[in-house]
Amino acid sequence: MIVAGPPQDDRPLKGEAARSDVSGEAIVAGPPQDDRPLKGEAARSDVSGEAIATMDSAPTARRQAMLLPKGRLAENVLHFVRVLRATGMPVGPAKVIDAVAAVEAVGLANRTDFREALAAVLVSRHEQLPLFEQAFDVFWRNPKLLEKMVAALLPRVYGRVPDEEPPPELPARLAQALMPKKAPEARPDDEDEVDLDAAFSFSAREVLQQKDFATMTADEVTQVKAMLARLRLPLPERPQRRTRAAARGSRVDLRATLRAMTGAAGAVAPLAWRARVRRPPPLVVLCDISGSMDRYARMLLHFLHAITNDGHRVHTLVFGTRLTNITRHLAHRDVDVALTRITSAVDDWAGGTRIGASLAEFNRRWSRRVLGQNAVVLLISDGLDADAGEGLAFEVERLSKSCARLIWLNPLLRYAGFEARPAGIRAILPHVDDFLPVHNVASLRDLAGALEGRGGMRRSTPAVKRAIKVSPAQESWPG
Amino acid sequence: MLPPQPTPALPLDVDATLALLTAHDYVAERRLATAVFLALKLRRPLFLEGEAGVGKTEIAKVLAVALGKPLVRLQCYEGLDTAAAVYEWNYPRQMIEIRLAEAAGNVTRDSLAHDIFTREFLLQRPLLQAIDPADGVAPVLLIDELDRTDEPFEAYLLEVLSDFQISIPELGVIRAAQPPVVVITSNRTREIHDAIKRRCLYHWVDYPDALRELDILRRKCPRAPENLAREIVAFTQRLRSMDLFKAPGVAETLDWAEALIALDRVALDPQTVGDTLGVLLKYQDDVGALSPEVASKLVAEVQAEGIRV
Repeated sequence: MIVAGPPQDDRPLKGEAARSDVSGEAIVAGPPQDDRPLKGEAARSDVSGEAIATMDSAPTARRQAMLLPKGRLAENVLHFVRVLRATGMPVGPAKVIDAVAAVEAVGLANRTDFREALAAVLVSRHEQLPLFEQAFDVFWRNPKLLEKMVAALLPRVYGRVPDEEPPPELPARLAQALMPKKAPEARPDDEDEVDLDAAFSFSAREVLQQKDFATMTADEVTQVKAMLARLRLPLPERPQRRTRAAARGSRVDLRATLRAMTGAAGAVAPLAWRARVRRPPPLVVLCDISGSMDRYARMLLHFLHAITNDGHRVHTLVFGTRLTNITRHLAHRDVDVALTRITSAVDDWAGGTRIGASLAEFNRRWSRRVLGQNAVVLLISDGLDADAGEGLAFEVERLSKSCARLIWLNPLLRYAGFEARPAGIRAILPHVDDFLPVHNVASLRDLAGALEGRGGMRRSTPAVKRAIKVSPAQESWPG
Repeated sequence: MLPPQPTPALPLDVDATLALLTAHDYVAERRLATAVFLALKLRRPLFLEGEAGVGKTEIAKVLAVALGKPLVRLQCYEGLDTAAAVYEWNYPRQMIEIRLAEAAGNVTRDSLAHDIFTREFLLQRPLLQAIDPADGVAPVLLIDELDRTDEPFEAYLLEVLSDFQISIPELGVIRAAQPPVVVITSNRTREIHDAIKRRCLYHWVDYPDALRELDILRRKCPRAPENLAREIVAFTQRLRSMDLFKAPGVAETLDWAEALIALDRVALDPQTVGDTLGVLLKYQDDVGALSPEVASKLVAEVQAEGIRV
């Protein structure tokens, strides 16, 4: 059942990470001054706030640099770390000290060593490496390039045509981090912002539609928030290999028993027991955000935010024409900040759907990383595929075989005359363990109950047969 | 305490580190040598991530030999707990001790607790061995495949990795006189928490380029004829550029070389490649993708062009 209660807050790992994030931001200029969700920019309003501090509020930087051993080098390393932080890399303040120590250890004679020393300290994931290297090249080698970028970007900010060629393609995140936009008041004209938005986008081949969450009516937002923020998804708990002390258990806790025996000075002491820990399996959510799913995706992201912050083993990826991992964005406690970050991170919002290609990418790049330890996969999609289900059956089968349980949530299932006609739906259906509707808050609420009732194990009946039976059949199939 | 035994000094710079690794037949790229040097110099754990079979575990073994330190290895698995990873009380001995004390008749609670919760009843598991080595020489501690264990164990590691100390409720805190050299590896089947990574130096171990792989093959498989070695490297390098579910690692390259030597081959031919593909590729889809036609095309390419640099 749905449990409506305060999220637990005593997980040590999480708590620690959260604290360090906070301190990382606190050192810099503090919270963003203006939270108005301007397109593109709002995505990193806090970040740009930080980056502005890098450029403008020199006193803060100087104060921090004084704590560091070496003068200019330390200051430069500090600024470099800020640029990285502004690109979204989680680099805590302690890393600055480490970075300076590392640089001093390898010396400045060899440029490669200098770079690798910084990389070893500042990079903590493989994905960050390209960003780091580009940032390094721009920051440490070629100050001219930086100036050129300023020159090339500033006119665009004010709506004039740039004089020279745009600078070499830097990732949008890096460009934004190096080039913090001016305070929003400087540009009252909304259309300028739209231009800028387009300039920072990645690819011209895709439908580059950034969905603006701000268009939600105030009413809608409060209602959905209130309802979804309390939703939980209590997946059935499974026994783990780890044990803990318990009144009744399957193994004798020798350590506790012996301690009790010393207490009784060697006399007979009752046996202490240990039992297996039970906890819900990790959850991986694959959510379709294509045009046909658009109406639901907004609502579902609120739901996904709620369940991400409830359990610590949830990974969320969204796909339209390509796959984006939004787990880190969703992990932000404030749902609005999280959603704004997602809007800027996802390029194929409300575009086409390529389910097969997206699942193939998931299978190749992510499945081995997130599907460990009996993960349950929640596939949220209407199954309407632009590639007409090509290659889809193969990928769904592989996905189904590499997770403990594959649950398909489909908003179309609410229609009475639902038939598995489209090729995409027919390709997916044979391989899913559960096929459930998801179109309003009530169906999400029922979902939890439906999952719990099924004991967390794979069902043997093919989902196709159940599909029609499970459907609540309230409305009629359109067309 | 014993006087510390003479051990080879730590390398003084990146070049020395690179030379040291090379001298022990580990062909590292400069990036890795830098990370290793910093780990030794700054006394930070080295966190190595990368695909399976690129030589992550090997670094720890080579470091142990090169630095003349013992290697303590902790293989991680799901449900790994303190009893298996850190320490365990020797319960049978404790029970006997209690029986003996009973027989002697002069037992009090405090004296009994003092008697049986002491060092001599403590069984050291890898982490404690590394923090509190019996011979006083700080070892190389290899925490292998950390991604296989679960979050609670990671959380436990935080104390060990940041302060090099272990708290035992009955005994107190045991601190390392000299911090061990710590190498952590992960195959990335799960994301390791940032709190761990923050305490470590991170390095992504990539597949080696052709020349480095050839160097590795020559060192590890000296019996392979030069021509065959070149073809093997050229072939696996091409495989890695294909769209495979799991590309072959260096370990697979070496296995394949051994396999071909065992079959007395001196050059690649499509038939042999097809027969021995199971050494290189471990997924049926990948084996299927390398049909006889593709294989013979690759072999022809390899023999015509040799190693691409």
